[in-house]
Amino acid sequence: MATDKSNIQLVVNGILNENPIFRLVLSMCPAVGISTTMMNGLMLGVAVLFVQVFSSVTISIFKNVIHPRIRIPTYTLAIATWVTVIDLVLAAYMPEAYAKMGIFVKLIVAFAIITMRLEMFACKESVNASFWDGIGMGLGFMAGMMAIGFLRELLGLGTLMGYDILGFKPLLFFVLPCAGFFVVGLMMAFFNYIEIAYKKAKRA
Amino acid sequence: MKNIMTRHFLTLLLLFVLPGLAQGQELVMDKGFGADNEIIVTFSQAVDQDEAANTANYTVYEEPDPDIRLQVKEVILASDQKSASLLFSEPLNTTQTHVVTIANLVAPQSQTTFSVAKSYLGYLLGILVSAMLINNFVFTKYLGLCVFFGTSKRKDTAKGMGITFTIVIVVSAIMSWFFYQFILKPFDLNFLQIVIFIGLVSLTVQAVDTVLRKVNPALFNSFGVFLVLVIANCVIIAVPLILADNEYNFFETFMLSLGAGGGFLLALYLMSSVRERMDLANIPPTFKGVPIAFIVAGQFALAFLGFSGLQIF
Repeated sequence: MATDKSNIQLVVNGILNENPIFRLVLSMCPAVGISTTMMNGLMLGVAVLFVQVFSSVTISIFKNVIHPRIRIPTYTLAIATWVTVIDLVLAAYMPEAYAKMGIFVKLIVAFAIITMRLEMFACKESVNASFWDGIGMGLGFMAGMMAIGFLRELLGLGTLMGYDILGFKPLLFFVLPCAGFFVVGLMMAFFNYIEIAYKKAKRA
Repeated sequence: MKNIMTRHFLTLLLLFVLPGLAQGQELVMDKGFGADNEIIVTFSQAVDQDEAANTANYTVYEEPDPDIRLQVKEVILASDQKSASLLFSEPLNTTQTHVVTIANLVAPQSQTTFSVAKSYLGYLLGILVSAMLINNFVFTKYLGLCVFFGTSKRKDTAKGMGITFTIVIVVSAIMSWFFYQFILKPFDLNFLQIVIFIGLVSLTVQAVDTVLRKVNPALFNSFGVFLVLVIANCVIIAVPLILADNEYNFFETFMLSLGAGGGFLLALYLMSSVRERMDLANIPPTFKGVPIAFIVAGQFALAFLGFSGLQIF
């Protein structure tokens, strides 16, 4: 079975229609835990993008060899291998950013979004389509993380990517770890609000 | 029958207590932390009142830094002269072992040295309580949220998920500990941690699934659905990684995994109680479903911040 969507459509689908964080509500742990600054969001986004693309491609290549009954353990092992790769690379070349993200890089292995995409997409589609779907999902995750990081960093510290923007700290509460829950909840409510307003306007 | 059981129990109890009594021959019979700036010492015989009450005779330090002496402010001797309470000007860090030396106590120029530490059992219980409340994985470490929001809609599901998760995490953490200590460490294979640990978790889930299906089908029917979800929970892979990082021993591993599972059960139960109530509340349409659940979880997280710094044992 081949997908009828073009490569661009696949990427856009991952960023908007099926955004992992806001639409599928998957992989919430990092969205709450380490989204205190935009930089953290970007870094973990890159790591997830890498793992998603490479494991999608790996599974897509070997989809005809994998026995259906052991497919989940196979997915897990493929993801774990690529997570190990990115974990070692980050630890070697970006020790500071790695220290900030702590255990979350290793925990990419348990992110539901990656396993889900392998199960829903990569094990049925061609290598090319899986690659672009992986890119879309990874970028969607990265965009979600950065949006949360943007809000928290701007409101909590008055900075963006480490650069001072506002010159003062409006609401320090937003950089507190537990504020992640509130920010994600409020952003979801905001998107719901837009959707409801959009539907109403369409009907009228 | 019951009598014999009791006797066996008493013998066992004696076996555990005897090593403690064997130390009774020495001058210092018993010692321990009292209030947060107090060490209480019990002697086997009456001691000289003047020497024991003289604070200059005492040197106290924490075991890791012998150079930093802790100042004894006052020594209060009991009326039978058999126990003394050492008061310090600052609160003690009771997680450290303290070494106390008393000079001139039994005879001039003599020295009596002993160390004061919290009991090991208390330390283990401390790990359990810490993993459950102070460092609750859901509310203070923000792990396992996908499953947390997915299964906290009803109390029954919350209980089922929590119990299944606790069983799987204890079994898999103990297996991970054995693998880490006896295979990964001796052969320098630490870079394989992630692959090995996630593999062990999948294996445990599969094993529990198979065993439960054959041994107790009724239980399988109620808990089987949760088993698949266990693997998607970050906590289950975070615990082996934490215990490998901290070089925990077997008992610490057991306590940490039990605390992580118990903490998850607690979080799920609290959350499901609130969400069952919320079904009856009039929530704005934009907040219905997941957004309001996040706000509630945020409030729980704020409440759990209050546990930080808690010390029970």
